[in-house]
Amino acid sequence: MNLPRLLLLCCILFTAPVYAVVETYDFSDPALEQRYLDLSQELRCPKCQNQTIADSNAPIAADLRKQLYLQLEAGASDDEIRQYMVDRYGEFVRYRPRFGGMTTMLWLAPGVLLVMAALVAWLSLRRRPGAAARDTGLSDEERQRLKALLGDGDRKE
Amino acid sequence: MPARLKLFLPLIIFAVLAVFLVKGLYLDPQELPSALIDRPLPAFTLPALDSDRTLDKAAVTGKVALFNVWATWCITCRYEHPFLTQLSQRGVLIYGINYKDDDAAADKWLQDLGNPYKAVIADRDGSLGLDLGVYGAPETYLVDADGVVRYRQVGVVDEKVWDDVLGPLYHQLGGEGGQ
Repeated sequence: MNLPRLLLLCCILFTAPVYAVVETYDFSDPALEQRYLDLSQELRCPKCQNQTIADSNAPIAADLRKQLYLQLEAGASDDEIRQYMVDRYGEFVRYRPRFGGMTTMLWLAPGVLLVMAALVAWLSLRRRPGAAARDTGLSDEERQRLKALLGDGDRKE
Repeated sequence: MPARLKLFLPLIIFAVLAVFLVKGLYLDPQELPSALIDRPLPAFTLPALDSDRTLDKAAVTGKVALFNVWATWCITCRYEHPFLTQLSQRGVLIYGINYKDDDAAADKWLQDLGNPYKAVIADRDGSLGLDLGVYGAPETYLVDADGVVRYRQVGVVDEKVWDDVLGPLYHQLGGEGGQ
């Protein structure tokens, strides 16, 4: 391999870190790192409309990740960290909002809708008994013809 | 006749949905309610931008004031700056929070463009900003005489924002000037 090629190869090899937007932290304990990953997936970037702080490369998301790291290393519990974020940025920062108050409807709506859908389905299905098993309305002769036609289609392939 | 009424059910559902969706068109998704409204300004001890003294909460509270979060990297802040200058000339008390910025650049900005601030808190690493729930610049907080946050404006404070929202609140809380 000639020198220019080698140089080019080296350049390409060393550009990878440039593309890494998310900084890395050294955790004293792998368990902390796992909690960091979980929490950063659960906290929402206040600047962006729909990204977690793990996803976003907005400056504020980087600040919050740093804060998350510092607090985890300082021994804060998950709930303490969530509360810290909510105290500053409101319930908006939580992708898994707490139950109660404003969010009651949010939590209950899927269940309520499911029950309603089941009820509607049951009511409308009940009114036509044996709907699924109902006769197709074809006579024996027609059925034979259908079979022949379908069989015909198969043979051509 | 319930059977005939049932025919209108899709239309009714559509109408209800349409009302919500149309309303949604006019909501600003960037507008986040501040978690700090009606809560005290967070405590802090940070250097002042222009001198060696340090500023803390006690030094900047006691009167109704605006706290303007700004930075030289923030282009919208430059757009907002002339109106802040105008407000300060009209006697409105404004403190600056220089957010995650370079001191020298900030000094130069104030020298070049004028200084509308009574004092500027140098929040170099954004710690006060974090406690305030700042997620970008500019943001402006209205703090009353007891040091309680009353309102937050995300984005530019201009003539319209001042006349419609910020000004009336400022005067209602007993703020001086701004006429």
